[in-house]
Amino acid sequence: MILQVQNVTKRFGGLQALTDVTFELPEGQILGLLGPNGAGKTTLFNVINGVYAPEGGRITFRGKEITGWPPYRVAHSGLARTHQVVRPLNELTVRENAMVGACFGRERHSLASAAVVADDVLARVGLTERARQITSSLNVAQKKRLELARALAARPYLLLLDEVLAGLNPTEIALMVETIRRIRDDGVTILMIEHVMQAVMNVSDRVLVLDYGILIAEGRPQEVANDPKVVEAYLGDPKLAQKLLAEEAG
Amino acid sequence: MNAWRQPGCWLTWLGLLAGGLAVVVVRDNTVRELAFTLLMFAALASSLNIMMGYTGYVNFGHIVFFGLGGYTGFYLISQHGWSLYPAVLVGGLAAAALAGFLGSAILRLRGAYFALATIGINEAARAFVNNFTPFGGPTGMFVNFSAYAEYGGAAQALWLTYALLLAITILTLILSGMVKYSRFGLGLMGIREDEDAAVVMGVSAPRFKTAAYALSALAPGMVGTLYFFKNGNVEPGDAFRLNMSIEMLVMVMLGGQGTVLGPVLGAVTYERLRGYLLTSPLFKNLHLAFAGLALLLIVLFVPTGVVGWLRARFPRLRRLLA
Repeated sequence: MILQVQNVTKRFGGLQALTDVTFELPEGQILGLLGPNGAGKTTLFNVINGVYAPEGGRITFRGKEITGWPPYRVAHSGLARTHQVVRPLNELTVRENAMVGACFGRERHSLASAAVVADDVLARVGLTERARQITSSLNVAQKKRLELARALAARPYLLLLDEVLAGLNPTEIALMVETIRRIRDDGVTILMIEHVMQAVMNVSDRVLVLDYGILIAEGRPQEVANDPKVVEAYLGDPKLAQKLLAEEAG
Repeated sequence: MNAWRQPGCWLTWLGLLAGGLAVVVVRDNTVRELAFTLLMFAALASSLNIMMGYTGYVNFGHIVFFGLGGYTGFYLISQHGWSLYPAVLVGGLAAAALAGFLGSAILRLRGAYFALATIGINEAARAFVNNFTPFGGPTGMFVNFSAYAEYGGAAQALWLTYALLLAITILTLILSGMVKYSRFGLGLMGIREDEDAAVVMGVSAPRFKTAAYALSALAPGMVGTLYFFKNGNVEPGDAFRLNMSIEMLVMVMLGGQGTVLGPVLGAVTYERLRGYLLTSPLFKNLHLAFAGLALLLIVLFVPTGVVGWLRARFPRLRRLLA
């Protein structure tokens, strides 16, 4: 198991963001993380990579407990992530952005070797022509790809992808899905939050569904898609209307 | 070292060296005094730039390192009979150590809160020195005139301080270039652009920021020791002038923050402007008002400063403007 999350609980004041979340992620898999908006998916990412310390529970990464580590220490140990809302280093060039990932990620490259790694990952996400531009000149789809490039430049064992497909058009989605598959084939384990159902069902080996901070389903994509609890979480209870009518009549 | 491969860095360093040596050749006391002020401002602004330009932490209390470092060096010279050279070095190291210590506490603050804390530190240092008897309290300390005999008389000592200041300023600019074009500098700029994102990418922000803060305090401590040695006395009002902190900020903003050349350009321009305003009968009491106005205009219209503006306007000059 590359990642073990045991009974993780996170509260923001009175809001229970995560309750007793427990799951495991075997090496080499792509695990999809689903759930309606506000279900706690990004919070779970933030707890795993150390942005928030959980109130309870343990997180083990490659056999080492990383609960409560600061994010930079988690990054050094080989866990990289992208952000749902892109966070480019605007005044730096695209290449320098990727170099930050290479310099301070798992392999802690020197500036010269980081430049080589940066060029490699930029080619992989298709940003080679933009390498010398200032990052603020990119459009959103390009910035999303840069997020991915930066995370890859860290040469992580585990990659957390937070909605990398959101806002992309169908062609771009197909390209990105291909890229993600190739990353997995290179031996990187992936945990991804995604709302584009078809894509996530296609690419994931397993899927987790989070609702109000509670894990409500886990399994192969097809099984989970037909799970009544999952349908209810997304669409509401299909029998609710009848139930209410019956109560009124009764 | 990547900075050594940047033509822009070389131009800045050599330009400063040429200008500084020209003053020695001319051997005119008035020119030297002017050059002393220019170099002092250039060193102070460049060191502030490490924190403000590269790391993105606006520091209103940079002068505290000039004051306390200077006090420490001057104390060693006047009360313990130290030679100038080790005293300058210890003055710088004391300031850097203080910054390292303070930084681990106040660098948890960000943005405006950090800026406010730095003002507080400057005022606290002034109050402390005012009441600290070994440093002479409110009256300060002075060196016995005979102390200059060791360096070949007072006139010779003035030239010596000038030469040392030139060396320190050039070293500060070399440091600035080396930081900018290093892995460390890349981490600092990551922090400047988005600290949280940089931390997620693995930049150990607390360590990096503290190191940058300590590095930025080194030059002011050394320059402070030289300045007070040259003056022959030191007192709290002279050592912790908040308005000097603000003037340094204007210099960095004017020249272009985050560049090697910018602070030097800003220091020279601002000093000339200040010199004119101070001597002109019409404006002499208003020079700080002009500094404020200049800062306002820069922030509004050329937030990247002269160097940034030139780089954007003439892309071909990019390689020459570090």
